[in-house]
Amino acid sequence: MISQLSWKIGGQQGEGVESTDRIFSTALNRLGYYLYGYRHFSSRIKGGHTNNKIRISTMPIRAISDDLDILVAFDQESIDLNAKELRPGGVVVADAKFSPTVPEGVEARLFAVPITAIAEELGTSLMKNMVASGASWALLGLPLEVFNKAVEEEFGRKGPAVVEKNVEAVKRGAEFVLEQAGGPLDEFRLEPADGKQKLFMIGNEAMGLGSLAAGCRLMSAYPITPASEVMEYLIKKLPKFGGTVVQTEDEIAAVTMAIGANYAGVRTMTASAGPGLSLMMEAIGLSGMTETPLVIIDTQRGGPSTGLPTKQEQSDINALIYGTHGEIPKVVIAPSTIEECFYDMIEAFNVAEKYQVPVIVATDLQLSLGKQSCEPLDYDKIQIERGKLVTDELPQLEQHALFKRYEFTEDGVSPRVLPGAKNGIHHVTGVEHDQEGRPSESAINRKKMMEKRLGKLANLRIANAVKADAPNEAPELLIVAMGSTGGTIDEARGRLNREGISTNHVTVRQLHPFPSDLLEPHLKSAKKVVVLENNATGQLANLIKQNVGYHDKIENLLKYDGTPFLPSEIEKACKELR
Amino acid sequence: MATFKEFRNNVKPNWCPGCGDFSVQAAIQRAAANVGLEPEQLAVISGIGCSGRISGYINAYGLHGIHGRALPIAQGVKLANRELTVIASGGDGDGFAIGMGHTVHAIRRNLDITYIVMDNQIYGLTKGQTSPRSAEGFKTKSTPEGSIESTLSPLEIALSAGATFVAQSFSSDLKQLTALIEAGLQHKGFSLINVFSPCVTFNKINTYDWFKENIVNLDQFEDYDPSNRVAAMNKIMETGGMLTGLIYQDKGRKSYEDLAVGFRQEALAKQDLKLSAGDFDKLLAEFK
Repeated sequence: MISQLSWKIGGQQGEGVESTDRIFSTALNRLGYYLYGYRHFSSRIKGGHTNNKIRISTMPIRAISDDLDILVAFDQESIDLNAKELRPGGVVVADAKFSPTVPEGVEARLFAVPITAIAEELGTSLMKNMVASGASWALLGLPLEVFNKAVEEEFGRKGPAVVEKNVEAVKRGAEFVLEQAGGPLDEFRLEPADGKQKLFMIGNEAMGLGSLAAGCRLMSAYPITPASEVMEYLIKKLPKFGGTVVQTEDEIAAVTMAIGANYAGVRTMTASAGPGLSLMMEAIGLSGMTETPLVIIDTQRGGPSTGLPTKQEQSDINALIYGTHGEIPKVVIAPSTIEECFYDMIEAFNVAEKYQVPVIVATDLQLSLGKQSCEPLDYDKIQIERGKLVTDELPQLEQHALFKRYEFTEDGVSPRVLPGAKNGIHHVTGVEHDQEGRPSESAINRKKMMEKRLGKLANLRIANAVKADAPNEAPELLIVAMGSTGGTIDEARGRLNREGISTNHVTVRQLHPFPSDLLEPHLKSAKKVVVLENNATGQLANLIKQNVGYHDKIENLLKYDGTPFLPSEIEKACKELR
Repeated sequence: MATFKEFRNNVKPNWCPGCGDFSVQAAIQRAAANVGLEPEQLAVISGIGCSGRISGYINAYGLHGIHGRALPIAQGVKLANRELTVIASGGDGDGFAIGMGHTVHAIRRNLDITYIVMDNQIYGLTKGQTSPRSAEGFKTKSTPEGSIESTLSPLEIALSAGATFVAQSFSSDLKQLTALIEAGLQHKGFSLINVFSPCVTFNKINTYDWFKENIVNLDQFEDYDPSNRVAAMNKIMETGGMLTGLIYQDKGRKSYEDLAVGFRQEALAKQDLKLSAGDFDKLLAEFK
């Protein structure tokens, strides 16, 4: 019996790859397996090779695997492109329709199943995803009734006849392949899982859910890959809580609408990716200057310009930290797990209101779109903190006096009232202003206001601003990273450890203001530091050099071809760099 | 009940003496009082430019944002607190050049806000460049040989974008302007009020006298029916866009807030943020 396995389905975009993956993984989740998914897709709707890969395990996993055990292929191209990943003894389940062949040199068992033919016999070739998934499910020797339950849920709303047909398709696929193979394949027998259903979601959904839990009731956004799922999730949910999602005409409208709504007292956010963030930069300055809370999600993808819209990259770091003209206080948070996607949204909204600043939550494509198991999310951890929001009745103001919305205080944060409050009238402007918000060009006021705003974040450290797994006092290697790469790093570390190479692993979760003090001891104790990131210029490494130092110890480990790191790549590079 | 004086503050506008914007400011203050508002119930959201300063000159909640973005900010304010009366305001450059995209889509969206444009056919704060509202041949610092681009007709655009309230006025006609702003504030949906507001410093063509000579006041036509969209479009074209008065109003269409499924009557800003444990569990169950 094995404890983990990798399964992949490939075909033309629009051919049912997504739905096959969805039903297959839902059924596995029912059995209690931990899952971690990876989508390879292109910026087009129909046509073009696409594949979805799932790692299945009895233990928590947060990385795609180096190799592949089972490949389900709807066309020869899927075999040609992916066969090299198959481990010796792997399996290909392919549609007999195209007389599949396995490339020379690949040691794999091929099962040609009349996938299309069975589906057409049952009424429509659309059901070939059911035949294919049924066949691969059967090879694993997993209980068919669990799979059928998932099918029922997927098609239930289309009526019992449709469910029945799809269940039949699964059965026919299973029967055919079992006959060919002479029963389930023993070498792919998974150890039973714990039977406890896990939460199974993508990072974008976790962030949507986190926003809802944080009290976000409005979202204004413009569709973009890979961020759209956040708005698609929230448009289904927000109306139930009195709010809504507005699809705006562009990202500038999205961010300024969010600023207006936050100013008027509703936790509002927008979500986008690099191109949208570029358009938002001026407005982010308005939020900083007017001390209006604002939360923005940036799902990083391949840049620059349109770049690689459907591929992995972590190259917005500089833009997020330095973007907008002039100088404002700003917070950039980078969740590194699916659970953090949820909890960090709550923290982001709290920080935005407590410090009255823009907060950017930056994921990367793999974290945003990779569907994976998620540990239980704790209701009791949802705390809503609104900072110096004044809700009490206010004393009457003297004639022509305004509420001191920008009052100088010890911590730089001023009391905030919402429009509508009696005796709270004040002015808000992106022009430099005095304590009442009125435009002011006074040099003395300017200096004090700049210091007030920029001083607000002096001591800000979000929860686990730097997350460390540091078992070694003086490790041979310290690996520093951010975003979705953590699970892959830990897998590589396991292998390095077995070879006697000691490693510590630090994840930077607060990218700005940079938590230098928390990072410094880790750099100090390590012999060598590898900063691993999905970009070409080493933006995180440069931040560390700029803020902490240790230039002589730091080595870059960069990948910017659009694909996530594999454990073997990290393992190999670490051996070379140490 | 507040009078228009309560909508005044003690800030001296930085507009040039004789600027049309003074009257627009006065008309907003009067209209707000006339419809029964208290200062704290009004939010004026403005853009950048001479006229954009207006939010600082009215005793009400005010936000002076960034160039061209008064409308999305104002829509955000309204969505957050639909109990507020929200006015968006700015110049023709703000609304019809850099912010034109927002103008068209705010019209389509039809949130219950009032947009007052101070249209002086020129860029004043940057000291005299051409605007989308400048006439062809209009000479400015940026068009020394005269503008070679066609003049934008915001009224035609508004009608074709599905506007539910379109009006135009002249800053000298304080009575008509005040009445139109009142009507706009009371209209349940997006109201566009374009106001000819002469720039006495940089626009020597479109002067007060020029407007007085060229304006066609709709109030003189007893049989004009502002509920007829085709007639409205014809009238705009017939007069070369030089008409004033209530041009078009559709009282039937519901506002965005009323059409959005689940969007509550009570201000969102007043609602409890915390999810109940039961709701949270239900949300989680969908991911199993």
